[in-house]
Amino acid sequence: MNFEFSDDQKLLKEQARGFLASKCSAKEVRRILDGNEPYHPELWKGVAEMGWLGASIPEEYGGLGLGYLELCVIAEELGRAVAPIPFSSTVYLFAEAVLIAGTEEQKQKYLPKVSEGAIIGALALSEGAGAVTPKTIKTSVAGGRLTGVKLPVTDGDVADYAVVAARTGAGNDEGSISLFIVDMKAGGVTAEAVDTVDPTRSHAKVSFDGAGAEPLGAAGQGWAILDKVFDRAAVLYAFEQVGGSQAALEMARDYAMGRYAFGRPIASFQAIKHKLADMYVATELARSNSYYGAWALSTDAPELAIAAATARVSATEAYHECSKENIQVHGGMGFTWEFDCHLHYRRSKVLSLVLGSLPRWKDRLISRLEERNAA
Amino acid sequence: MDFNDTPQEADFRAQARAWIAANRPTDWQNKTGRDVDGIAMSKAWQKKKYDAGWACIHWPQEYGGRGATPIERVIWSQEEGELGQLGGVFIIGQGMCAPTIMAHGSEAAKQRHVPKIASGEEIWCQLFSEPGSGSDLAGLRTRAEKQGDEWVINGQKIWTSGAHYADFGIVITRTDPTVPKHKGLTMFYLDMRSPGVTVKPIKQVSGRSDFNEVYFADVRIPDSQRLGAVGDGWKVSLTTLMNERLAVGGGFPTNFEEMFELTKVIEGEDGPAIEDQSVREKLADWYIRAAGLRNTQNRMMSALSRGQAPGPEASISKLVLGINRQNMASTMLDIQDTYGVISQKDLAVNGGQFHEIFFRAVAHRIEGGTDEILRNIIAERVLGLPGDIRVDKDLPFNNIPTGAN
Repeated sequence: MNFEFSDDQKLLKEQARGFLASKCSAKEVRRILDGNEPYHPELWKGVAEMGWLGASIPEEYGGLGLGYLELCVIAEELGRAVAPIPFSSTVYLFAEAVLIAGTEEQKQKYLPKVSEGAIIGALALSEGAGAVTPKTIKTSVAGGRLTGVKLPVTDGDVADYAVVAARTGAGNDEGSISLFIVDMKAGGVTAEAVDTVDPTRSHAKVSFDGAGAEPLGAAGQGWAILDKVFDRAAVLYAFEQVGGSQAALEMARDYAMGRYAFGRPIASFQAIKHKLADMYVATELARSNSYYGAWALSTDAPELAIAAATARVSATEAYHECSKENIQVHGGMGFTWEFDCHLHYRRSKVLSLVLGSLPRWKDRLISRLEERNAA
Repeated sequence: MDFNDTPQEADFRAQARAWIAANRPTDWQNKTGRDVDGIAMSKAWQKKKYDAGWACIHWPQEYGGRGATPIERVIWSQEEGELGQLGGVFIIGQGMCAPTIMAHGSEAAKQRHVPKIASGEEIWCQLFSEPGSGSDLAGLRTRAEKQGDEWVINGQKIWTSGAHYADFGIVITRTDPTVPKHKGLTMFYLDMRSPGVTVKPIKQVSGRSDFNEVYFADVRIPDSQRLGAVGDGWKVSLTTLMNERLAVGGGFPTNFEEMFELTKVIEGEDGPAIEDQSVREKLADWYIRAAGLRNTQNRMMSALSRGQAPGPEASISKLVLGINRQNMASTMLDIQDTYGVISQKDLAVNGGQFHEIFFRAVAHRIEGGTDEILRNIIAERVLGLPGDIRVDKDLPFNNIPTGAN
């Protein structure tokens, strides 16, 4: 048994951190937050040049074929840096869906373009407030044409291609849903950016009006494919969340060491020390669970479904805890636009929702444990 | 990253599994081993393991172990499984006292006692806390005075687990009250049946008596039973405390499976409790913490196997487990609704298992360092935050103000 990343993987992590420190400072993140650009194009280009987009894509499809552990390491650093790029949509969601369900032809068509950074991908599910279930999906396909409105779609306004879940059957069950790849720049698609809690990650309202739709996977298999995509993405998002938690914890610690009140650094008060200790504990538990998820992902272990939900729940809770308590440690300064605390507070909430909310993942975890025990 | 056994580990696991299958006690029925009536069974199982080379396997061979790697230790405990609970009565001796003796005792003390701790022949206790010094351990007042080649001990200890059945104990005393409090301490070990030692069990909130008060009235012990130099007791005690957090944090089951099964059979408002969304969320909360602790331990073991020393990170385990066991037990009683008040074993759900945890967790959050002390340790030693202000740090001990004067 060895429950650590290898020396090569640690080296990759250091390189990623160094690269992001120089190209993705808080100032650069703020450029996207304050401006009108949906993402940071130079950073996107740099990330593509580093090969990160194709880290886990097999070499036969133009990727580096390194593996998922390497992608996890990169994800942690992207989360730490609050990177304002459509990485997760393109790599964890779009590329994974194509890898899982695509035909050989589809893989050849899309994955090399993902690897080289030539296209941005997205996944379009939600159509309104409340849980995303087969029942709530109204978007439908008739005669190869897709019609409906998806809201919100992460990176929907910048994506070149999106995987879209649509109704193809009469029932309300999982079998009534199929997946399609849609060319977002072709006719019949309009995307309109919407305001969200985290402007560093773009979201859109996407309307399909008879858009061309290319089936991804067999008809009626949409939900089953999404389940697999979600399990894998949950682990990768968890690493982003762990990276964010760690960064928020360090930000709080550094501030508490330098800020004096009552003649002492506030870091010397037990109330603050204990808060930071709790943030550390939450982060470490999430990290450990994410490591287990990384192992399950990299070996495609039968435990993946449970490991992924465990990582997702604990990393979501850790990032929430660290990002909000970081602001609390900063006091009034933490509540200002000028300080960077809110970058993590925003990102934490977006990451906790993009793949389904915390209560839904807790429910999913228990369902998985019930299935395991019944087997 | 690889969870599969290496060929050597697989071989070790197979050996351990085969030996346990052939030798495990057949009449063992969830006895915790901490009960006095379970001690005989605990001792028998421990001796059997010792004779076959499976006791305290990570200790050096010369002291009764087999010099096993940290990973082998994990494999052993996985294979021993719930049977490991029979070792509860030895946790203090094996987890805290023996490492302290191995680090600070004389060669004679090591040869004489450590193998007997490994074999279960001797049960040890740890005499640290006092009525006036719990978290502020260095404020202790039990005195040891040198008379010729002997030391004479007077004073009182409290919260001493297992003192009522322990054969020996390690005791920290004040040998010089005229210097600052951390500097005047000295550690010894003693026979718990020495003249002048009185043990009085304390009745706890649970109604059980796991802990004791221990009184010393002119207890005489030879200088050869000193651990470390005179005045070095604080340093010696840190060895014990660091090992304590490792031993205590890892020694409790998470009980997730029992909890999970129970929510399937107890009725909620609309079907089994597990179908209730709030119950599912609480189950998930407990599961991710239990899994987080297990995976954190795996990370620690991987680090140890690479030759890294165990760090203050071990404090996470006891902190998380204590708080969460308490909340988990409370939730499990909630699920029973009004019936949850019944703790009588023959009527209570699961034989009152969750009622026991409900009360035992109270102590878990205090013993071996309170939640607050553990948070301080994490804050100061892991995160590098400033130490608490200690106004008595440089005062001679006998000048430190107390509430009593």
